[in-house]
Amino acid sequence: MHFDIDKIRNYFPVLRLEIYNKPLVYLDNAASTQKPLQVLMAYEKIHNDYYGNIHRAAHYMADRATSDFEAVRKKAGNFINASSEKEIIFTKGTTESINLVASSFGEQFIRPGDEIIVTEMEHHSNIVPWQLLTIRKGAKIIKLPISDIGELQTGLIPELINAKTKLIAVTHVSNVLGTINPVKQIIETAHARGVPVFVDGAQAVQHLPVDVQDLDADFYAFSAHKMYGPNGVGVLYGKEKWLEQMPPYQGGGEMISEVTFEKTTFSEIPFKFEAGTPNITGVISFGAAIDLLTEIGLANIAEWENSLLLYATEMLKSIKGLNIYGESGKKSGVISFNIKEIHPYDLGMLLDKSGIALRSGHHCADPLMKYYNIPGTVRVSFGLYNTREEIDRLMAALARAVEMLK
Amino acid sequence: MSIEEIQKDIVEEFSLYDDWMDKYGYLIELGNQLKELDPIYKTDQYLIKGCQSRVWLVAEKRDGKIYFKGESDAVIVKGLVALLLRVVSGRYPKEIIDNDLHFIEDLGLTRHLSPTRSNGLLAMVKQIRLYAVAYNRLDN
Repeated sequence: MHFDIDKIRNYFPVLRLEIYNKPLVYLDNAASTQKPLQVLMAYEKIHNDYYGNIHRAAHYMADRATSDFEAVRKKAGNFINASSEKEIIFTKGTTESINLVASSFGEQFIRPGDEIIVTEMEHHSNIVPWQLLTIRKGAKIIKLPISDIGELQTGLIPELINAKTKLIAVTHVSNVLGTINPVKQIIETAHARGVPVFVDGAQAVQHLPVDVQDLDADFYAFSAHKMYGPNGVGVLYGKEKWLEQMPPYQGGGEMISEVTFEKTTFSEIPFKFEAGTPNITGVISFGAAIDLLTEIGLANIAEWENSLLLYATEMLKSIKGLNIYGESGKKSGVISFNIKEIHPYDLGMLLDKSGIALRSGHHCADPLMKYYNIPGTVRVSFGLYNTREEIDRLMAALARAVEMLK
Repeated sequence: MSIEEIQKDIVEEFSLYDDWMDKYGYLIELGNQLKELDPIYKTDQYLIKGCQSRVWLVAEKRDGKIYFKGESDAVIVKGLVALLLRVVSGRYPKEIIDNDLHFIEDLGLTRHLSPTRSNGLLAMVKQIRLYAVAYNRLDN
């Protein structure tokens, strides 16, 4: 494998920062990633060279912005191997993508008494929109439980599915445990029983190659800001057959074909779901992030991050009293842990003062914290620019923090 | 000593440490020294909900003054609780109402005060003020 880590780190000037007089070690990539020069430059270029509102005016600026915007739609589609860019909807982020499906799919297909299966390891974003939907519709959420090592009990799915089951919502990769769920197998099981599947890919697309056609996912959502792209841009992939049947999410400009005060006809997909002026500059600079990931190669990134994961896991396990949550054999670059008799918040604070940026808390996954009966965890999450040296720094900082807290 | 003087003292104590780790080391020391709260108070009634750690705060009034007790399950937050109690416990309600608790900001610990997802410290300061206002009303 050729993985030029020095070259990659040079794309991210922010990694040279010092905080509290210590070199920054950024290990909170599951929350959000840093942005490379390519993205920053693309963002600047649009504003300097050809900014205009898309899909409307027939002037040079608008034309060029429109064609670049639509080129990114195609790029995002190719990135996850969607069969058509019509199946790519731009949103604010994964959360909005989920809310869109909960609202529009829910409006069309969920009736009183229906059931939606949601897994126990979901981020709140992949729980609450479904809960709101079930409240609106008098439907019900059914929990798919996890096992102690942090894997889904997929064997239970056939039992949980019945005639009332209308959807399964599952994360591709857990934001807390790092578990890579067998979504292809889950989808196969569900489809054999006529149930569509929504996949939250927010923690997956930046770490491993994703092919929505191979997975046969009905919906797949992800966020640009977790994949080295800008904030405020998300993608919702949906199979054309579902999108065609779903009513619009929000009303406004762009999503209409004709409006009179009596009646409005709507645009074709995907525009039907994109009311108002979208995040034009965000989407266009997101294209640069996709280019970078494609250029480096997701398989290479997965291999690099996996070596970091194995190294860090081994080092962490050498600390006395340290417990790792999520010990599946199939993990992405996320490690959640606690050290006996130390509150994760205390560890997080001291690590921060040592220059280590990571997350401590419940990671917006209360049901999971409840499962393990803990107030939270310390979470290390890797990006493509992290190194073994940074893990060594983490270990040194951890040793000092433990000494101070014991 | 007045609330203002104690706050000044605290800021001075922390200024002895240049390194952030040492400042936090001092907070941990204060946290470990804080008297344990009687478990009967560690209930939802006294819980101030924060995102990352749990904080309990109890107030009682004796001779016109408010006495506070508190604890947290995170030792750094316990240190912050100890500092707060040092400033506000055993004060007349009016003193608490009239004084600004600026030492937290002065210490550079403002990150603890973000209005959402904080460690409950902001909520704790608010709760202390609420007790003071309530007791002050009862007096008048």
